[in-house]
Amino acid sequence: MRTQCNPSRFVSNSMQKVPPSGIRKFFDMASDSEDVISLGVGEPDYVTPWHIREACIHSIEHGETSYTSNYGLMELREEISRSYTKRHNVYYDPNDEILVTTGVSEALDLAIRAIVNPGDEIIVVQPSYVAYVPSIIFAGGVPVTIGAKGENDFRITAEEIEAAITNKTKAVIINYPNNPTGATMDRDELEAIADVIVEHDIMMISDDVYERLTYEGNHTCFSALEGMRDRTIMLNGFSKAYAMTGFRMAYAMAAPEIINSMMLIHQYSMLCAPITAQVGAIEALRNGEEEVSKMVREYDRRRKLIVGGLNDIGLDCFNPKGAFYAFPSIKSTGLTSDEFAERLLQEQNVVTIPGDIFGDTGAGFLRCAYAASREDIKEAIDRIGTFVDGL
Amino acid sequence: MDEQTRNILEILEEDARIVPEEIASLTGMTVEEVSQKIEYLEKAKIIRKYKTIIDWELAGENYVYAIIELKVQLERKLGYQAIAERLYKFPEVRSVRLLSGEHDISITVRGNSMKQVAFFVAEKIATLDQVQSTATHFVLKTYKENGLILDEPDQVKRLAVSP
Repeated sequence: MRTQCNPSRFVSNSMQKVPPSGIRKFFDMASDSEDVISLGVGEPDYVTPWHIREACIHSIEHGETSYTSNYGLMELREEISRSYTKRHNVYYDPNDEILVTTGVSEALDLAIRAIVNPGDEIIVVQPSYVAYVPSIIFAGGVPVTIGAKGENDFRITAEEIEAAITNKTKAVIINYPNNPTGATMDRDELEAIADVIVEHDIMMISDDVYERLTYEGNHTCFSALEGMRDRTIMLNGFSKAYAMTGFRMAYAMAAPEIINSMMLIHQYSMLCAPITAQVGAIEALRNGEEEVSKMVREYDRRRKLIVGGLNDIGLDCFNPKGAFYAFPSIKSTGLTSDEFAERLLQEQNVVTIPGDIFGDTGAGFLRCAYAASREDIKEAIDRIGTFVDGL
Repeated sequence: MDEQTRNILEILEEDARIVPEEIASLTGMTVEEVSQKIEYLEKAKIIRKYKTIIDWELAGENYVYAIIELKVQLERKLGYQAIAERLYKFPEVRSVRLLSGEHDISITVRGNSMKQVAFFVAEKIATLDQVQSTATHFVLKTYKENGLILDEPDQVKRLAVSP
């Protein structure tokens, strides 16, 4: 008789090191509730602009259903290159310095796998997107987290980064405008970080997916800083700016050696991004500016509405200058982030995400995504106010 | 136009009933600043009127709309202005536009029945001295009015939490 199989015995050590996402619990709870107002969704509440959808339909109608180059359609890489030159005055060669990926998540995974040797350390500035740490672990690297603090409006200083660097450090990951805090960094602050990166001869992975959603000041592209172009892996995508989350369209830009290594992994795993989505991305870059501006103007109104509303009900909230998240402190209530978010969902049917899911310095904060209708935001604030008053 | 003015106009274009307090919370301006801006925009006639888009069909009122294209004879010195003035004074006429192309002017007429609209065109419009010919197109269904889609299908439901 054959012995029974125990599948868990076969799961790799690196997988066992990764805990499940804390967001999952709220996902399950929210799915069971009715009349839920969600400030938990990290995606635009707009449908992809019609001209982009129409370009995809047209492409399918004309039989464009094949593979593309592993790097992505040349036409798309040229548009991406033009767009960066125009906006940030930094040039990437479409031939070998740009790789089109399926979402920034894939680009991030490729970037880390392309540079990490077992035991290499990658510094992650938190609070941050939940995939950074697991992606490093999957690649056999060691995540070293450092916390941007609430009292500094969740900005990180060059000194704080430098203090975490060891002789095993390979790179730093930053994400500004930031998910979950909405914090941004200005040029001087990034210049100081660039000096540290050069001095210690390491790399920067800059996740700029929220770049276009900057409401005050101009976004500084890290690779456009002097001497940073070949020390930076730029990650960017179409999900947030063009409301194209389901298209899974993104790209990485870096020196040819790095892009080539990333392309090799991509070639043997994903092969290439879907052609239809790539056609949509070309249309977005060519003709999407007006729609982007319209959406950004509306997000800006909602930002003011939610930040003002949260402060009015006594939840201290700094002014986020980018992305579409407000990150109020709930410390005055005496509850933990998890308790607050869980009870708020159970008692008032409002979904928010506890701040500590994104890193230790997010403890005592709440992520409230304002990519929701104004009516929902107003109703959510009313309900949060009722909840806080009843504590 | 400055950013604040544009912001106020866009917000009001979308929702004419919104109060200055709410506009202030959306723009970061004070209520007083918003009220002053609106007052200026009204005086300058940039804001012409606050109106409501009503789906009369849904309300059970079966109005009939027709678009009538006109070829007209121009009056010396006055050009198209004279005929436009004659046309827009009729309460049945909801809009008057000067066109390029085959026809000169397009008007939209509202009535209670096709017969009423047809008689109005035949008796009041076609008989005007300046009107050479008319072409009447009855509106069978309105899908979009002033930028608002009237029969929009249900939106695709998003997940309550990102996966």
